[in-house]
Amino acid sequence: MKPKNQRLVLVGSAIVALFAAVLLAMWGLRAQASYFYTPADIAVGKAHDGEAMRLGGMVERGSVEHLRDGVTIRFVLTDGKARTPVVFRGIAPDLFREGSGAVTEGRLENGTFVADTILAKHDERYMPPELGNLSAEHKAGKTLEK
Amino acid sequence: MIAETGLGALWLAAGLAALQFLLMIIALRSGADVRRPMRSIAVVQGVLTLIAFAMLLLVFARSDMSVALVFENSNSMKPFIYKVAGAWGNHEGSMLMWVTILAVAGAFVALLAHRTSERTTVAALGAQAVLALGFYAFLLIASNPFARLWPAPMDGQGLNPLLQDPGLAFHPPTLYLGYVGLSVAFSFAVGALFTGEVDSRLARAMRPWVLGAWILLTLGITAGSYWAYYELGWGGYWFWDPVENASLMPWLAATALLHSINVLAARGALKAWTMMLAVVAFSMSMVGTFLVRSGILTSVHAFAIDPQRGTFLLALLAIYVGAAFILFAVRAPFLKEGAPFELVSRESGLVINNLILSVILGVVFVGTLYPLLVEAVTGEKLSVGAPYFDAVAGPLALLLAVLVGIGPLIAWRRERRPVFKPLAIPALLGATALAISIILDPGMRILPRLGFTIAAYLAAAAILPLVGRNPLRAPLATWGMVIAHFGIAVALAGMAANAAFSSERLAIARPGDILNVGPWEVQLADVTPTAGKNWTAIEAELRASRGDGIIMLAPQSRFYSDPPTETSESAIRTCWNGQLYTVIGKQDVSGAWQLRLWWKPFVTLIWAGGALIAIGGALALLGRLWRLVWRRRPTPEEWRRERYA
Repeated sequence: MKPKNQRLVLVGSAIVALFAAVLLAMWGLRAQASYFYTPADIAVGKAHDGEAMRLGGMVERGSVEHLRDGVTIRFVLTDGKARTPVVFRGIAPDLFREGSGAVTEGRLENGTFVADTILAKHDERYMPPELGNLSAEHKAGKTLEK
Repeated sequence: MIAETGLGALWLAAGLAALQFLLMIIALRSGADVRRPMRSIAVVQGVLTLIAFAMLLLVFARSDMSVALVFENSNSMKPFIYKVAGAWGNHEGSMLMWVTILAVAGAFVALLAHRTSERTTVAALGAQAVLALGFYAFLLIASNPFARLWPAPMDGQGLNPLLQDPGLAFHPPTLYLGYVGLSVAFSFAVGALFTGEVDSRLARAMRPWVLGAWILLTLGITAGSYWAYYELGWGGYWFWDPVENASLMPWLAATALLHSINVLAARGALKAWTMMLAVVAFSMSMVGTFLVRSGILTSVHAFAIDPQRGTFLLALLAIYVGAAFILFAVRAPFLKEGAPFELVSRESGLVINNLILSVILGVVFVGTLYPLLVEAVTGEKLSVGAPYFDAVAGPLALLLAVLVGIGPLIAWRRERRPVFKPLAIPALLGATALAISIILDPGMRILPRLGFTIAAYLAAAAILPLVGRNPLRAPLATWGMVIAHFGIAVALAGMAANAAFSSERLAIARPGDILNVGPWEVQLADVTPTAGKNWTAIEAELRASRGDGIIMLAPQSRFYSDPPTETSESAIRTCWNGQLYTVIGKQDVSGAWQLRLWWKPFVTLIWAGGALIAIGGALALLGRLWRLVWRRRPTPEEWRRERYA
């Protein structure tokens, strides 16, 4: 192959790779991206049953209930406008407690959110941006910043 | 005075960086030889940043609460080692560490760069100075680590207990060294694009830096993965968290660069391509730093949401990356064409390696940034997690693993022999693994099944470059390649085993109860309170057995007081054929304890594979450095052997 043609082939294959990456990513995102909802979104029917999603809100005080098997909990997530019941089987993360924010991953089944995971907050100061505006409570408890 | 000394050293270093940049401009305009003054400036700059960093360690070690950063992130009750490690467990401290490494790397470039021409060296050092200058500005304007508090508080707020772990002392510095090693490749690329001297001499000067950075990134990712595995208590080793992706993306780019730079060094081909990859690799390091440090992500790693810092970092990123891309676009068409090669040749193989790695990098990049983009444009919030990355990156990675077995068998420039012939045995092994997986577990999912097949094939194919020659006379770089490629097979086998054979048990138990997981019988013997220097805990006493003797495990649920936090400390028992992983949860209303047990056969192979990959890199680096130090001309026989290895 002549050097000049070689350069053309290389540039061409780089462009093809770039397009392949973008197309592949778009295909993957259409099928696999999961949306973040709040209880208010669920209340107005934005989310569909069975769709993978994240649900975030504050854990309502007094709502956490342990089932008899000892490893399943029920609780209610709220954003001040609406409430969604959540069921979760597993060990809740260390920072999961009533009255603080939580983000759960899972799917909706007949109005109840079946969570596979409850995302833990990394430290006291950190708050998922999604919840930043609905957590007056969190701000009150937030550690001092400059 | 300690904090002020540190701050003063930083300002001086920033001034020297500006001077270094000015010298470069003067030199490139007038043609004067400024290498000697530049070398002194770069070295003094490195020393000054080391002084600043030492001062930061000192204020943390002395728990000087009048320094705001110490107050916010430390506590006098903390164990000494975490007081010191806490110096870089926060935003300002870690950025100071980044700048220190950058400046010290700059000093070493100045001392060691004698392979490239004078003009390229000067331009590269100038580029390094510009990089450093931006980060000095970021530190001094937006994140001063030495700011004082008045009046000084009595005691500090403490460090997040999750970060009070040996992993913290090791993990971030390793990744930063990797990121910053890529900055040297970037500076060399910018310098060479500027002067137009992109040749094999440049590649040989860049290669140790790229290799070193790549080794450290590999180690950092492997260690980070193990840290998350045992510390977070979720039983997983990779979460596709954006912050993990932030370290994976530079690694992918560095892996591609590592392979293409060999083409440039050995054959003088792929000139523009390699320069592009060097720019991309450091851009990914900057993207990673931006993602982690700006707090823009919904991530367990994000520190605090601070728009000023985010904007500053984004501006730096845009300026450096934008300028480098423009320079590339202007200069690349004038580079001399590289040496030609045929369609079936080692060069082509490495181009395919680079293309697949780039596509993986692309899909990881899009998947990581897409949620940010969508939220910025439509305000809608979404997350992209493991299902996406597994579906798009998984098959590509497996395809690449297949090709890894073939590439090293092809000759440079032109291959006439049939290359598939020696692959018969590896292919047979792969087919056997496939057959065994079908017999053992007909219901296995497709990815782990393919994983086993390809791991068995690659384990054999990887060592083929050493077959048919005297392995003891093979160059170290060849050994390094073989070990690293073998490491891919090992890690792949570990991932497949973990995905296919892990068993999990989640239940409640009272003292005396027995739970079964995999081949194990685990008895909860007792639950007792215990305490450490700055925590109290509930500790379970587990007796596990699988026929032979009894082993004891003691997972804890810890409560830290400063700041008030609970963490699970998992207890892990490593056996030759896997790990028993135990976590104690909460006590339920009836007084029983939640226990979570996993039996993970061969999961340790994942990190063993990562370590092998890094060791392979280290051997290759050793071989290259050896040759650099003993700059003896190779005999024609050696030269031929290395070139066609």
